[in-house]
Amino acid sequence: MTTAAATVPRAEARVSSGLWRDALRRLLRNRPALLGLFLIGVFVTVAVLAPVIAPADPLARFTWNPPSGPPPGPAANHLFGLDRQGHDEFSRVIFGARISLFVGVISVIMGLAMGGVVGAIAGAAGGRIDNVLMRVVDVLLAVPGILLAIGIVAWLDRGLVQIMLAVAATNAPIFARLLRGSLLAIRESDYVLAARALGASGPRLLFRHMIPNALTPMIVAATLALATAIIDVAGLGFLGLGPPDPRTAEWGTMLTDSTVALRSAPHLIFFPGVAIIISAIGFNLLGDGLRESLDPRLKR
Amino acid sequence: MTVEASSAATASRPSATDGELLRVDELKVWFPITEGIVIERHIGDVRAVDDVSFALRRGETLGLVGESGCGKSTTGRAIIRLYRPTSGRIVFDGVDLSSLEGSALRRMRRRMQMIFQDPYASLNPRMNVSGIIREPLEIHGIGNGAERRERVRELLATVGLNPDFGERYPHEFSGGQRQRIGVARALALNPDLIVADEPISALDVSIQAQIINLLEKLQGQFDLTYLFIAHDLSVVRHISDRIAVMYLGRIVELASSRDLNSVPLHPYTVALLSAIPVPDPVVESRRRRIILRGDVPSPANPPSGCRFHTRCWLRERLGNPERCTTEDPPLRPLASGHEVACHFAEDVADSIEQRQATGRPASASRAGAGAGSAAAASAGGSAAGGSAAVGGSAAGVSAPAQASTPGTAAPGA
Repeated sequence: MTTAAATVPRAEARVSSGLWRDALRRLLRNRPALLGLFLIGVFVTVAVLAPVIAPADPLARFTWNPPSGPPPGPAANHLFGLDRQGHDEFSRVIFGARISLFVGVISVIMGLAMGGVVGAIAGAAGGRIDNVLMRVVDVLLAVPGILLAIGIVAWLDRGLVQIMLAVAATNAPIFARLLRGSLLAIRESDYVLAARALGASGPRLLFRHMIPNALTPMIVAATLALATAIIDVAGLGFLGLGPPDPRTAEWGTMLTDSTVALRSAPHLIFFPGVAIIISAIGFNLLGDGLRESLDPRLKR
Repeated sequence: MTVEASSAATASRPSATDGELLRVDELKVWFPITEGIVIERHIGDVRAVDDVSFALRRGETLGLVGESGCGKSTTGRAIIRLYRPTSGRIVFDGVDLSSLEGSALRRMRRRMQMIFQDPYASLNPRMNVSGIIREPLEIHGIGNGAERRERVRELLATVGLNPDFGERYPHEFSGGQRQRIGVARALALNPDLIVADEPISALDVSIQAQIINLLEKLQGQFDLTYLFIAHDLSVVRHISDRIAVMYLGRIVELASSRDLNSVPLHPYTVALLSAIPVPDPVVESRRRRIILRGDVPSPANPPSGCRFHTRCWLRERLGNPERCTTEDPPLRPLASGHEVACHFAEDVADSIEQRQATGRPASASRAGAGAGSAAAASAGGSAAGGSAAVGGSAAGVSAPAQASTPGTAAPGA
């Protein structure tokens, strides 16, 4: 859970250097980005403090009258009403944030790692190696992301790790392509030539000069990828490929459940849906804000 | 100096009397043109540098001028071994660099450095100034932390920056200050040779003079040898002892700065010189620009014979002799130290075009290629550049630098 805090405010973590401080200052002047940060803050707080905030155990079952009727909607004792099994919907939405955040963050980190390694190799080596790796990436990019994820989960069986792998696999080619493109451009830049003229070794060129300068688009892409990852996780859950225990509080799975009672209990589709939208919008707004504040060309 | 004589000399250790630091022999740098996505086929070469030879004496400044795309930067980068030469030899202080790799090459790199054109692109934006200047020391394992810090402060002071600026980032500096940082980085290893690749082209005119003066000061202070690359003859002739003019991957004329400016013997050099205004209305009124027609031909498919024949004003005047299109003119010595790659260089000497380009009155020169030094001595107007270079004062440098602005673009546009 703490990994989320480390991923999102990355700019803050390296405040010591003037460049990052400048970027942070620009970010804090950007209203949509601040709104995004606020939404993410709510999302992360809810996820981390779920047991404290939630009024009920997400697996506890309540009864309603008449038992044959539809589950009751929002009321004083159950803020978001009850679902068809009698679980407290409010508590389930809160606990659902945990899965979305955890799976989303881990899968983006995994995607970054996989795509980053491939992109770094392709961008640093260039030539034939680059050519072969990029054709593989092209094939992966040609398959729609959710289809690829479904295929991987269906192939590896259901489970949280499998979901993470699947979402990571859809993200990885994007990261690979992005990093490779930046590195190829940076490789020809004068400051890399200057370092080569000084006699800098290959690893030094890559890690001291090329990667640090290719980092900002990656940070932006990773933030935006968190939004799609949350949607992808929910999408897999909605398609019945969510966590193996069907009772687990997961937004996508909750949506599937609600489709049966769409007319009689519309609150069951409203609250998880809103939760997904808010968290995804939060990361999107922050991502766009980061893009603007980290791009030196937009400096004012 | 002919090629044969020099390669014999460099085969053994260079002698002190020779004073030769660098010798480039028949250097070729070709970039392959390939076709196909997965399976690449070699369909041709861009001959960026095609058979270039010259020598650099210790402590001298050789200017390398030419239009964009003539291969001057590629030559500089090949010498620093940023590019691998296709063929030819680069002998630096007796060691052939052209085939050197790995740690042997790294050791040689301590002794030659580069200053880049664009000070906004040549400094890593993610490193602070002290990190940038310290890097060469780290790479070559020179000194410990405290010594390196001290050296960085010393270098910053040497290039005229506040030693306390080390913690700042490149974006906090102006173009001229950034270029000084680039110079400090190049100096960090105490190199013998500095390849300055258009070090002032990207700077404001007022700053250009400052950087030129700094480079001249450092040359005296640290006994540096410069290969000074530029597209602007008016700048190069100040700082250079000798000048090589390049066209389409070849050196077409190589002479002392004074000779080249007063008695240019290659039609291309004459055209280049005619584009530089002379800061003297009397002289200027005598001058006329030679407009070169057409574009520079593609270096992937250079013209036959003399590469300049497609745009040569002299060939036109001589009635298009066949020799220009069939025979590749070698770089041949004419007057002492004056080398020209033109079959008809003798016809350039004392031609109307030459006089009009240099602004030299007709009476002041004698016919013949050998008249170089005599003509230069008596040429009042054109000697402005030469005297300023000798004086090296700020005022002397800044005047022609300002004059250079309209002439910055190569002729022909």
